[in-house]
Amino acid sequence: MRFPVKTISLAVASAFIVFGCGKEAPPPPPPKAEQPAAPPAKPAVTVKIGHVAPLTGPQAHLGKDNENGARLAIEEANARKLEIGGAVVTFEFLGEDDQADPKQGTTVAQKLVDAKVNGVIGHLNSGTTIPASKLYADAGIPQISPSATNPKYTQQGFKTAFRVMANDEQQGKVLGDYATKQLAGKKIAIVDDRTAYGQGVADEFEKAAKAGGATIVAREFTNDKATDFAAILTKIKSKKPDLVMYGGMDAQAGPMAQQLKKLGVKSKMIFADGGCTTEFHKLAGDAAEGHYCSLPGYPLDKMPGGKVFMEKYKAKFNVDIQLYAPYAYDAANVMIDAMQRANSVEPAKVLAELPKTAFDGVTARITFDERGDVKDGAITMYQAKGGKWETLETVGGAAPAAAQPAAMGGMSGMSGMGGMSGMTAAPTTAAAPAAPAEKK
Amino acid sequence: MSTDKRRALLGMVLIGVALAILPFIIGKGLGNSWVRVLDFALLYVMLALGLNIVVGFAGLLDLGYIAFYAVGAYLYALLASPHFGLHWPVWAVLPLGALVAGLFGVLLGAPTLRLRGDYLAIVTLGFGEIVRIFINNLNAPVNITNGPQGISQIDPVRIAGVPLSKPLEIFGLTLPSVYLYYYLFLGLTLLVVFVSIRLEDSRIGRAWVAIREDEIAAKACGIDTRNVKLLAFAMGATFGGVAGGLFAGFQEFVSPESFGLMESIMVLCMVVLGGMGHIPGVILGGLLLAILPEALRHGAVPMQQAAFGRVLLDPESLRMLLFGLALIAVMLYRPAGLWPEARRKREFSEKAK
Amino acid sequence: MDTFIQQIINGLVLGSIYALVALGYTMVYGILGLINFAHGEVVMIGALTALTVIKLLADSGLPGTVVVLIGLLAAVPVCMALGFTIERIAYRPLRNAPRLAPLITAIGVSIVLQQLAMIFWGRNYHAFPPILPTSSREIGGAHITDVQIVIILLAVAIMAGLMLLVNRTRLGRAMRATAENPQIAGLMGVNINVIISATFLIGSALAAVAGVMVSANYSIAHYHMGFILGLKAFTAAVLGGIGNLPGAMLGGVLLGLIESLGAGYIGDLTGGFLGSHYQDVFAFFVLILVLVFRPSGLMGEKVAERA
Repeated sequence: MRFPVKTISLAVASAFIVFGCGKEAPPPPPPKAEQPAAPPAKPAVTVKIGHVAPLTGPQAHLGKDNENGARLAIEEANARKLEIGGAVVTFEFLGEDDQADPKQGTTVAQKLVDAKVNGVIGHLNSGTTIPASKLYADAGIPQISPSATNPKYTQQGFKTAFRVMANDEQQGKVLGDYATKQLAGKKIAIVDDRTAYGQGVADEFEKAAKAGGATIVAREFTNDKATDFAAILTKIKSKKPDLVMYGGMDAQAGPMAQQLKKLGVKSKMIFADGGCTTEFHKLAGDAAEGHYCSLPGYPLDKMPGGKVFMEKYKAKFNVDIQLYAPYAYDAANVMIDAMQRANSVEPAKVLAELPKTAFDGVTARITFDERGDVKDGAITMYQAKGGKWETLETVGGAAPAAAQPAAMGGMSGMSGMGGMSGMTAAPTTAAAPAAPAEKK
Repeated sequence: MSTDKRRALLGMVLIGVALAILPFIIGKGLGNSWVRVLDFALLYVMLALGLNIVVGFAGLLDLGYIAFYAVGAYLYALLASPHFGLHWPVWAVLPLGALVAGLFGVLLGAPTLRLRGDYLAIVTLGFGEIVRIFINNLNAPVNITNGPQGISQIDPVRIAGVPLSKPLEIFGLTLPSVYLYYYLFLGLTLLVVFVSIRLEDSRIGRAWVAIREDEIAAKACGIDTRNVKLLAFAMGATFGGVAGGLFAGFQEFVSPESFGLMESIMVLCMVVLGGMGHIPGVILGGLLLAILPEALRHGAVPMQQAAFGRVLLDPESLRMLLFGLALIAVMLYRPAGLWPEARRKREFSEKAK
Repeated sequence: MDTFIQQIINGLVLGSIYALVALGYTMVYGILGLINFAHGEVVMIGALTALTVIKLLADSGLPGTVVVLIGLLAAVPVCMALGFTIERIAYRPLRNAPRLAPLITAIGVSIVLQQLAMIFWGRNYHAFPPILPTSSREIGGAHITDVQIVIILLAVAIMAGLMLLVNRTRLGRAMRATAENPQIAGLMGVNINVIISATFLIGSALAAVAGVMVSANYSIAHYHMGFILGLKAFTAAVLGGIGNLPGAMLGGVLLGLIESLGAGYIGDLTGGFLGSHYQDVFAFFVLILVLVFRPSGLMGEKVAERA
C-alpha cells in the first residue's frame, strides 16, 4: 500500500471533489512522514489510529458517518503538526469494516492489533465492540467507542475501554424521567426492536418511567427488519397510552409513526438517538410531527466548535452528518488529547492519561468515570416540528462552561423544566454573551 | 471405491501436515489476523461436515442448521461464564453441547419425517428461526439467555488448566492465542473428518445414501427409514453443537445476531458448492467460502484503487455479488459441486431422468 | 371489540400482501416444481423501479393514483424481463438436474439481485412520496386506508383471474399439461419452453404489482425488503399447499391472521410470557403443525394437483 505520495493525494483530492465521500474508499492519508520532517532537528513519528464501523450492510451509512467524523479529527491533527515527546507526529488512519458482525469485529480487531495501532476509535455497535474490546485489552491498546451504548462494554473491567456517549442506562433513564415529568406521561406503551440497543434503552426507560410513577400499559416487540407494525400498534391503541416509547432505529420509527397515524392514534412517540435522524422525517412524512427524541450531548449548533465542525464536515465529505459523526470526532480528539498530555504515543502512557480526560468536545465536555463511561452524560431532547428536529432542552450532564448557556438559551419554550431532577444547574447569565445562542 | 478412499485419506494426511505448519507461515507472512480467519474457517469446515451428513449423505434439505451451532454456543456460554456464575470445564461442556444439540436434532427430525424436499426445507428454516427467536427473547420473565445483549466474559477454553486465550510459551517458542485455538480446532476438525469418513462407510452411511437416492426403495429393502433419518439429524446436529461450543469459547462472547438465517444458507452453500456428500469437497467448500470474503476484503479495495483510482464497489457488495455469481456459475457448469463424489459424477454424466 | 375487528383487518391486509407474493411463487412451483427463491427479489426490484418513476412524477401535478399507475406500468415490463432472463439463465439449463441445484442457483440469483439493487439504488431506505391519501376510513371503530382496501380486492381478483386463466384458456390447458408431464405435453404439441417462459412472465408481472402495493402501503422500499417478504410468502404458499392457487390465497390470509392475532392476543393469554416478540414463532409453529398432519399443506393434494 505504499503509493507515491503525489498519486495518492491526487486520488484522494479528486475523489473528494468529484465524487464526495459516500463512495470514496478509505485510502490511508498520504504518508507525510517526510513533510513534517522539514524542520531539521525534529524527528518524525507515525502514529496509527484504527477506526472500526460497519461500512457495508444495512448500517453502512452510519458506519461511513463515524469514519468520516474520526477521519476529520485525525486530518485536523495532522494539519496542526502536533509535537508529542519531542517528535512531530503524523497520524495514520486505518479505517476498517466489521459489518456489524461480532465475528468480523474480532477479525478486524486482530488486524489492528497486528498492525500495532496506538489507539482505536470504535466500534460502532455494541455487539462488535464487546468481543473486540477483549483483544484490545489483551494488547493494552486504548479503545474509545463513539457509539457503543451497551453498559456491558465498560463493565468488563478492562482498563482500555472508554466511550464518549452516554450508555443505554443513562439515556434510558433520562428519557424515562422526561416522559413522566416533563411530558406528564401516566400511561406509557413501550416497543423495542429486540436488538441489543433497542432492548437496552427500552428496559432502562421502563425502569425510570415506573420509578416516575407511570404505568406501562403495553410492552410490545418488533424486529429491526420489520415494516408492518399494525398488530402491535392496534393492541397499543386499545390501551390508550399517553406516550409510545420505541427502542430502535429510524428505519422502523418512521413507518411506525405513519402507521400510528393511519390507525388514528393521537399519542406521541418518544425514542432515543437511533431514531433521532433526518431519515426519520423522510420516512414518516407528515406523520413525524410532534414526536420526541433524544441525543446524547449538547445540540451541535449550540456548541462552541459544533457549528464549525458541521461546516467542515459538509465541506469535506459533501454529505450531511447522519448520526454519530460528532461523537467519533470527539472520540478521536480525546485520544489525541490524551497522547498530548501523556507527551507520548505509548499505549501504556496514554492509558494512564485517558481517565484524567477533561476535553471540550463538540458534543459535550468529556470526562470519564472510573469505568470509562462518560461522566454525567448530558442528553438533549428534541421534538419534530415542521420536518425538523427542534431542540427542547438539555438535561443532565456537567455542561462545558461556554456551551451551557447557549444550550439553555436554545430551548424553544418548553415549560415545566424546573422540577427535573437531573437538570443542569441554572446557567450563569454572565457567560451568555460569550457564546451567543444560534438558532437554526 | 477403496483406492478412492485411500487417495482421499492420503490427501487428508498431506493436507494435515501442511495445516500443522500453516499458522507459522501465515502468521509470520500475513499477520495473526489471518490465523484468526483460519480459525473461523475451521469452525465452518466442522459445520459444513455436520450439515453434509444431513444434506449430502441423507439428502434431507436442512435450512435451519445454524440452530444447532447456536445451541452448542449458548450451552457453553451459560455453563462457563459469570452469567449464571457457573464455570464448567470444557471437557464437560463440549460433549454436553454435542448431546443437547443432538437432542435438538431429533426434536427437529421427529415431526418432519413425512415431509418431502421443499416442505422439509421450509420447516427446517422455521425451526432455525424459532431457536434464534427464543434465544433472542429468553431474557424475560426469567433471564436465561440474556436476550439480545448476548453473553460476555465467557471462559476461554482451558486445556490442562492452560487457558488458550493467553499466549503460551513452550520450548522457548511463544504461541499466540490464535495459534493455540488453531491447533485445538484443527484437532477437532480432523476428528470430525474421521467420524464422517467412518460413518460414510458404515451400514448407516449406506442406509443414508439409499434414502437419499430413493426412500421408498430403501424402505422396501428393510431400512428403518425413520430411525436412520433421525440419526442423520442427530449426528449432523452433534457436529454443529461442538463447533458452537468452540465458537463461544474462542470469541468469549455470543449474541443471537451470529445465528441468523444467512449463516445457515452460507453453510448450505459450502456443502453444495464443494460437492454434496463428498468429504474433501465439503472441506474445500467450507475453506473457500470462509476465506474468500476475507481475501476480497484485503484485496478488493487496493485492486480497485489501482485499476480505477477509486473504489467503485465497496468490498462487501463486491464480495456478495461474486458470491452469488459463483453459486450460479458452479451450479450451471458443475451441478454436483466443485469436487464431487465419483459416484455422483457418474450419475450426472449418465443421467437422463 | 373494535380492537378485534381492527386486528382482523390488519391480518387481512398483511395476509393479502403475502398472498399477492405467494401467488407468484405458487404459479412457478405448480408448473415447474421449483422454488423460485428469487421471487422476493423480483418484488423488490418492482417496488424500487416503480418508486423511482413515481418520485420523478411526484411533483408533476398528475393525480396520485395516476402517478402510481404509471409507476406500476413501468415496473411490470422490467420485472417481466427480469423473470424471463432469470428463467433462461439460471433455471432452464438445470431443468433435469437434481432438485437442489436450481434451489442453489435461485439463492445465488437472489443474492446477486439484492447486491445489484444496492449498488443501483443505494443502501438508504426510500420513502414513498405522499401522493396517495393517507387518511383512513373508519368502519365500526376500526381504521382502513384506501390502499389497503385495494390490496385486499386486488389479491382476490388476481387469484380469480389466474384460476380462470389456468382452468379456462388454451394457455392454461397447456400449463396444466406441462405441470402434469412436460415430456408428454411436448409430444402432444405443447411448446413447453414457451409455456414455462409465459409462466415466469405472468409470475413476474404479479411480483411487480405486489411490490408497488407493498411500498405504497408501508411508504417504504429498500434493497433488502424482498428477502423477508419472499420468505413469508413462501411460508404462506407451503401452508396452503404449494402449487395450488386458492391454497396460496388461503395460506397468505391465514398467515397474516395468525401473525396479527398472535401478536395481538397471545401475550395477554400467556400472561406476557409469549408476547409479540414471538410473532414469527407462532407462524412457523402453525406451519409445522399443519405440515405434520397434512404433509402437502392445507389444500395440496396427496399427489400435488398442480395449478
